[in-house]
Amino acid sequence: MRQAKEPFAFMAASTLNKVCGVQASTIGELLEHLRSVSADSIFNHTFQSLSVHHYLTEGFSNDFAQWALAACNAPQLAELLSALDIRQYENIEALRADLVRVFEEFVQAEPERAGQRAFEPFYFCEAVTVTVPTGVQARTLAEFCAALERISVHTLHFHFVTARLRGPSKNDFSAWIEDSLELPQLADRIEAIDIYTNTLEGVRQLILKECRPWVEAEP
Amino acid sequence: MSSPPAGLPPKLVRLDDYIPVVGAPEIEEMRALARRLEGRTVKMVNSTAMGGGVAEILNRLIPLMQDVGVATRWEVITGGDDFFEVTKGFHNALHGAPYEVRPQAFEIFEAYQEQNVAQMRFDEDFIVIHDPQPAGLIRARQPDGRHWVWRCHIDVSKPNREVWEFLLKYVRQYDAMMISSPNFTRAVPIPQYLWYPAIDPLAQKNIELEESFTARVLEQFSIDPKRPILTQVSRFDRLKDPLGVIKAYKLVKKYHDCQLVLAGGGAKDDPEGGQVLEEVKEAAGNDPDIRILDLPPWSALEINALQRASTIIIQKSLREGFGLTVTEGLWKKKPVVAGNVGGIPLQVIHKVTGMLTQSVEGCAYQIRYLLANPEIARRLGENGHEHVKENFLLTRNLKRYLLLFLCLGGC
Repeated sequence: MRQAKEPFAFMAASTLNKVCGVQASTIGELLEHLRSVSADSIFNHTFQSLSVHHYLTEGFSNDFAQWALAACNAPQLAELLSALDIRQYENIEALRADLVRVFEEFVQAEPERAGQRAFEPFYFCEAVTVTVPTGVQARTLAEFCAALERISVHTLHFHFVTARLRGPSKNDFSAWIEDSLELPQLADRIEAIDIYTNTLEGVRQLILKECRPWVEAEP
Repeated sequence: MSSPPAGLPPKLVRLDDYIPVVGAPEIEEMRALARRLEGRTVKMVNSTAMGGGVAEILNRLIPLMQDVGVATRWEVITGGDDFFEVTKGFHNALHGAPYEVRPQAFEIFEAYQEQNVAQMRFDEDFIVIHDPQPAGLIRARQPDGRHWVWRCHIDVSKPNREVWEFLLKYVRQYDAMMISSPNFTRAVPIPQYLWYPAIDPLAQKNIELEESFTARVLEQFSIDPKRPILTQVSRFDRLKDPLGVIKAYKLVKKYHDCQLVLAGGGAKDDPEGGQVLEEVKEAAGNDPDIRILDLPPWSALEINALQRASTIIIQKSLREGFGLTVTEGLWKKKPVVAGNVGGIPLQVIHKVTGMLTQSVEGCAYQIRYLLANPEIARRLGENGHEHVKENFLLTRNLKRYLLLFLCLGGC
């Protein structure tokens, strides 16, 4: 059985929601606040929202898109916001810039919509994340699979969805499989799993499905 | 009532009892968080040991805190009738109800805070004060590194200004404030955290029931299990709009052979409740498919059974705090049609975890839509269950406390 150069240590990530005290009642107001709210707030309404709604496969990619759809009746704006794939971002400021761009383009195209009052205000909140080691480690692919079945979806989210924000150019699992187990082909296949068309539980099963043939093929 | 169902949890619930509900990984992660708090102590203070939602939550939360190794002490402040008369007035005033402040009200409030401070010790690392009644205990705070937080269970978004200003002088001395909804936020110079109310999945009102028990409850109340059942569980209170529910049911009845259950309680103790109940009976007329049930307070299992037997849960409130009956319905995987007020939209995400309505006609339409599309109704129910599991269970509340203490204590 192939041994990893370094063990994979699973971390538990848990989040508290802090209310920013900033709210938007129109698309125009939301755009203005979007420029200045904290990075933790952008994180909360995008990355963290995906974790909180991990059981959905459609319609809830981030809070801004959901608000545009449900509170502003702006499906075209919602669609453009939903299309932003958070896993492609290596920092929050780049994501903020794209969110602002989408809102700005909408406001330029439909200026009369910018000031229309939404059915419900948008309340900006920040994610306060605490991470602790779960104590679960893996040194082989088989141990990794066994551990993957035992972790919470939030730990999965931490390693699979938010990893890029912490530095590696891919999710933590793929980075470890490539660097420590030296299985780049498997790493790429895992990296290609789509978080937007699967629940997080579904993502877990797909990762396991990718790994199992490699485990079985190992001497 | 007949014998309770099998599978009741042991009297002293332990965190591991929740493994079948939230999964072992969640529980293990909570224990990992708690290990970082080893040796730290907590005091919870509120104004009543029995009755009311706060006491109910603390009764179930504190054993779990102990179970994860965070020694937690619960104390209740004392006060005379004059104190509780004042705090009841404050409560209503903070909710935005008309309230004429008598100058001695503030004096009475402060005198009892002083009296309680003299009787209590605050040696714990984290002190959690619940609601306005004991908020003034913060005067006992010393510059000793202990952390004080205020859990505000009520909606203070549109408070009586004078009462809020009075309370604010205490609130601003806390390290943090916890509120039930982002729209309850106030301009205060301390961090505010979102702290949703929670249901206990192992409480009698929410545990899984045997089908035979549910069937017996339906039989007892002459409800036909073969036809759709629409249910609203609420006090007989105008703000819950039971008359609107009957109107909506009558609109639905033109298209679907369904039944309506209005289950509530408290009408005997509350003069207005009694009056509303009479109005509800009158509106129901002699429709044999409307069941109006004025249930005693010990009917948790029966309420549970009625909710589980329902095809659709309705909560057509005109005003609402958080709406825990909505949480209960969602937890039971029921499609919920509810008013877009108070904390309900936090729970019912329109077309995702349920349907929000603004009117009698809208309510009727959503019910018809769900009765005609059972697969969509089933999916809403499934999503609703997951949404509650993620946000509104007692275990999530425990986790929030652990996280807050870790953040405040820099553990």
